[in-house]
Amino acid sequence: MVSIWFFIGVSLAVNGALTLAAGVYQLLYPPANPGVVLFNLHANVWWGAVLLVFGLIYCFKFAPRRQS
Amino acid sequence: MTPLLASAVPPRLVHLSPVDVVIVVFYFALVLSIGWYLKGRANTGEDFFMAGREMTAWVAGLSFLSANLGALELMGWAGSAYQYGILATHWYWIGAIPAMLFLALVMMPFYYISKTHSVPGYLKLRFGEPSRALSAVSFAFMTVLMSGVNMFAMAKVMQIVLGWDINFSIWVSSLTVAIYVTLGGLRSAIFNEVLQFFLIWAGALLIPILGLYEAGGWTNLKLQIAHRASEQYVHLWAGLGSFSNNPMGINWVGIVFGLGAVISTGYWTTDFLVVQRLLAAKDIRSAEMAPIIGAGFKMMVPFIVILPGLLGLAVLPEKLVPESVAAVTGGHSYNDVLPLMLARYCGPGLLGLGVTALIAGFMSGMAGNVSAFTTVWTYDIYRPLINRKGSDHHYVNMGRWTTIIGVLISVGTAYLVMQFASIMDYVQALFSFFIAPLFGTVVLGMLWKRATSAGGFWGLLCGTLSSVGMWAWVKVDPSALRYVALSPHAKALAQDMYQALWAFVVCVTVTVIVSLATNPIPDGELTGLVYGLTEVPSVGDVPLYQRPLFWAAVVTVIFFVLNIMFW
Repeated sequence: MVSIWFFIGVSLAVNGALTLAAGVYQLLYPPANPGVVLFNLHANVWWGAVLLVFGLIYCFKFAPRRQS
Repeated sequence: MTPLLASAVPPRLVHLSPVDVVIVVFYFALVLSIGWYLKGRANTGEDFFMAGREMTAWVAGLSFLSANLGALELMGWAGSAYQYGILATHWYWIGAIPAMLFLALVMMPFYYISKTHSVPGYLKLRFGEPSRALSAVSFAFMTVLMSGVNMFAMAKVMQIVLGWDINFSIWVSSLTVAIYVTLGGLRSAIFNEVLQFFLIWAGALLIPILGLYEAGGWTNLKLQIAHRASEQYVHLWAGLGSFSNNPMGINWVGIVFGLGAVISTGYWTTDFLVVQRLLAAKDIRSAEMAPIIGAGFKMMVPFIVILPGLLGLAVLPEKLVPESVAAVTGGHSYNDVLPLMLARYCGPGLLGLGVTALIAGFMSGMAGNVSAFTTVWTYDIYRPLINRKGSDHHYVNMGRWTTIIGVLISVGTAYLVMQFASIMDYVQALFSFFIAPLFGTVVLGMLWKRATSAGGFWGLLCGTLSSVGMWAWVKVDPSALRYVALSPHAKALAQDMYQALWAFVVCVTVTVIVSLATNPIPDGELTGLVYGLTEVPSVGDVPLYQRPLFWAAVVTVIFFVLNIMFW
């Protein structure tokens, strides 16, 4: 059976990649009115990257092929 | 626990970008995929209702916590932190940790070795059919109503935060839960709860991090709160010497004995919604470790719930008001503080994560309600009272249909609440009537072999009726609160604490008196159910760091350190 941790890895990796992509886009094309406080910290870039890395680690460690 | 209901609809708080919508849609696709994947592993009663009793300590522990970590819980307590300050943390620390450790070390061995399917099932073994019937019917009825109330409240929140249509929110979320629980049973509910636990942290953790950065750290935050509200808002215990010295209008007796000793212990040890996750553990060590793991994470939840409320006090330019005032003025209420903080810091992507965290929190709570309802209905009502001779396959089918019917009843309740808002308060009050007396009955049953069947039944009934009586007394005459809570300065929250305390006392007193007046149950019939007559199984020959007692001690030390730090 596929481990629950693999599903969690997929979720974190996909969400992290999407968030990171949105952050990088805003970094390259900064909006005139960001609409959020502390925009200069570009939280979606580094938080997206953190989620992506953790997600990939989980995906790799609990991959169905490795588990079987 | 905190009601979330706005009667007016102000403009939506946040606007989702396309990437946020993709994140939310991906979440729904993933939970449905998990349910579909697990559908072939829910063919027997043990698989469908008990997840095959093969969950590890981590999976059972995170699911145990996640079933309680609903979106309304997150938003409601963030709002309470804005309203009452750090005192709201008591519901996460003294109002949870001692109870979870008590469950792990004292009660879990009995639940586990009795091989019961449910808490009412334990009452059947210990006190007989009448106690089980009373407990099962009240639990099933209340669980499905609560699920509907939460469904409506969540749909209302989605309308306020995102501008979503209420009907859309109710049907999409309820059908999703119905599909994945019907397909995969408890295993599917547990898997999704663990996933939802991670999503809640992924979506909510940035708010306190960025908030502390903006506020200039914890010390500066305390100064700003003292300036904008009161110094009492950042002290856990210093203002609890009397009812009038703190924003909640409660004292330390109510917090320690009402909340810590009765309400929380009753909830965490006898509410089948959370206990069911532990009964699915693969062995006795996992069953004991799971609530300890849950306790460790529970201590951290204030970081994503209470701290955003406190940060809102310091950094939000507008002053939030009670629901009743917000409904008239069109302003934002206390309960909007978490979405407001989300909108303040989270841009594209992060906003999708935050909204997904709220949806995930709601759905984990609903799946918990539905799976617990299904098990209690099938094993504690349908099988003993309606059809004793069905096959295992028949009961699994009954479980699947009950899941769908339970969701439909919840949807019906949600629409009923939409028409008659006052029903919400009554249902929430009704649910609280049963917790304290049920704890009294179960704990006496486990620890006192002289407790008899008649004692257990009458104690449970009288404790519940006394709770209803006190609630009705204060409802009819609000000044009666001074007698229930023993102080003219007591406020509404104090009523819950003292009502539970008295209901517990009544339950225990009646159980003891009736038990002593009736014939004792022979010792042979209590083996495996009561301390002193049961050989509690060992967790095995494992190193110290794998022993539940060791980790319970670690959690206890951290618990005391945290309470002293924020005294």
